[in-house]
Amino acid sequence: MTDQAYNFAYLDEQTKRMIRRAILKGIAVPGYQVPFASREMPMPYGWGTGGVQVTAACLTPDDTLKVIDQGADDTTNAVSIRKFFQRTAGVAVTEATVDASIIQTRHRIPEAALTEGQILVYQVPIPEPLRFLEPRETETRKMHELEEYGLMHVKLYEDIARHGTIATSYAYPVKVEGRYVMDPSPIPKFDNPKLSDNPAIQLFGAGREQRIYALPPHTRVVSLDFDDHPFVASKADHDCDLCGAPESYLDEVITDDQGGRMFVCSDTDFCQSRRAAGHVGRLGMPKMAPPPHPSPTRGEGGVLMSAETSPPPGGEGLWVGGHLPEPEEAAQ
Amino acid sequence: MYVAVKGGERAIDAAHEWLAEERRGDLGVAELSVPQIRAQLALAVNRVMAEGSLYDPDLAALAIKQARGDLIEAVFLIRAYRTTLPRFGSSRPVETGCMAVIRRISATFKDLPGGQVLGPTFDYTHRLLDFALMAEGEAPSPAPCASVHQGEAQAQVPHVTAFLNRDGLIQTETPSNATPPDLTREPMELPSTRPLRLQALTRGDEGFVLSLAYSTQRGYGRTHAFVGELRIGMVAVKMDIPELGFAVDIGEIELTECETVNQFTGSKTEPPQFTRGYGLVFGQSERKAISMSLVDRALRWKELGEDFIGAPAQDEEFVLMHADNVQATGFLEHIKLPHYVDFQSELELIRRLRSEATAAKEAAE
Repeated sequence: MTDQAYNFAYLDEQTKRMIRRAILKGIAVPGYQVPFASREMPMPYGWGTGGVQVTAACLTPDDTLKVIDQGADDTTNAVSIRKFFQRTAGVAVTEATVDASIIQTRHRIPEAALTEGQILVYQVPIPEPLRFLEPRETETRKMHELEEYGLMHVKLYEDIARHGTIATSYAYPVKVEGRYVMDPSPIPKFDNPKLSDNPAIQLFGAGREQRIYALPPHTRVVSLDFDDHPFVASKADHDCDLCGAPESYLDEVITDDQGGRMFVCSDTDFCQSRRAAGHVGRLGMPKMAPPPHPSPTRGEGGVLMSAETSPPPGGEGLWVGGHLPEPEEAAQ
Repeated sequence: MYVAVKGGERAIDAAHEWLAEERRGDLGVAELSVPQIRAQLALAVNRVMAEGSLYDPDLAALAIKQARGDLIEAVFLIRAYRTTLPRFGSSRPVETGCMAVIRRISATFKDLPGGQVLGPTFDYTHRLLDFALMAEGEAPSPAPCASVHQGEAQAQVPHVTAFLNRDGLIQTETPSNATPPDLTREPMELPSTRPLRLQALTRGDEGFVLSLAYSTQRGYGRTHAFVGELRIGMVAVKMDIPELGFAVDIGEIELTECETVNQFTGSKTEPPQFTRGYGLVFGQSERKAISMSLVDRALRWKELGEDFIGAPAQDEEFVLMHADNVQATGFLEHIKLPHYVDFQSELELIRRLRSEATAAKEAAE
């Protein structure tokens, strides 16, 4: 079957209409989980089928799409989803947050501030913030109806009683416009403040669980906490080793088997732009050497290896399956 | 060395190429054709059609080939294709009473109108490996059997439960002409209705439904089932054509239907009476049809005024939310996708909690 056999952005127009209705309802009732008749998509549940359906329903031929996973544009699943829309919708794609009209994301909110007119689409695994306190959907829907969120506060309180702090570091629950408690998807709690008063439209799609919810622009979103234990957005206590940014969320990369590690921006576009603007971190190079590989972030690896004394990691976890380091890269 | 999960694009392309090569396997061995799979792995094809909710043996066979024999992957391929198909109408309910049966057995009556037809079954085979099948060339083919082969279109094969019903011994189902809900077009709402439950069960994972049914037999929601009747055969699919003003046959499909007769001691509202469980599955899929009817019966506790004893098979939300293997496998396997952002935040939390705990301990000492 050729690609022409599929409609623009894969889904048929009837299905898109159904999804758009759910989105509109979600925008009208911020934080409320709207059931929708999620379709089987050509990628598995858990790979972002909810986000893909929401994106498909929002895309127009004039849109510019950015897809990130863990903040990065070139993680395998981000590549796969971006390719899917290039193939089925033929839309322009970008890695630059500012240039994108629709950004589909898994687990992060971009560091660069979003602007009016942008749409941020989140992939959501479990949309129900109360799910791990009450496994039954029939019960949790009733709890939302009655605004009965005591159980959640008890859970947070028990955390404090046990650990002295709220022991939730990602998918940290929020309250939307003083009404619905909402799961912000598994973003690190570092990203939670960006949910609130954001000028962009934020849409959340959970395919397997058949739910869509939304935050219209400039919605007030409050992370749950207590007066004496206020919410704190936390990150690794370092600056980015490549671009020196002190304020961005960092990934920890193990560099050798001697406990060596480095911290780098999880948002690759943010890091890239800063380095292009001349910012240099602890392990970065002042001027970027001509990349030995078309992918700029990969080229970085080669440069860094020469700067570091530690041997390149040989563990298979670090090299993507099917792609082994080229000899000259490894040799450097 | 910052190359973790980078170069994703090239990796994906390479992985796909490798996969295609692995699928084809040893080039010295003849390639498996789709018609071969359809004809010779028919029960696998049936399972893919049933759980894929699409009656198309050719596509199911193709999916099995493409999925390298991974049936859940094949079901997924079929589902993803099915969801793009336009719906141009609904058929009339199929008349299983007019089924051209190739197999029809009752475990509750020794003989009955329509007869016991054993049909092509593994039931009484001895499970000894037949090395003749492994040898080059076929075992001498048996003479084609004469009479019931491929099922004669018998005028009418009455349902066993109808005999019991004549005496009022079995609970009557309320007939309804309501349009059943469509699981694939509307989000599941709970509590659900029986048509929706049956839909979910018939496309549910065979292993899951089997295990639930088995659990009811072992005491987790006991329903004491007898196979009142199990029948397999072709039925005509009829559709009303508005322009013509009458229904025409648009095709035939193979179905397995199972009706169980269950003991029932009566309740506050009902006198003692037998009750029913129902299973209907695409193709020859006996294990699935029997399992389905047991689980269907277990789920009917509320309607029949029975007690909820907390058995998994009685729990509608538990059963319906976890029966779908495409959903289950997707969510299960997604944990192999990168989670390092979340893991990083957990790392920081654990480090902080540990350092605080250590500090507190040192202070105490």
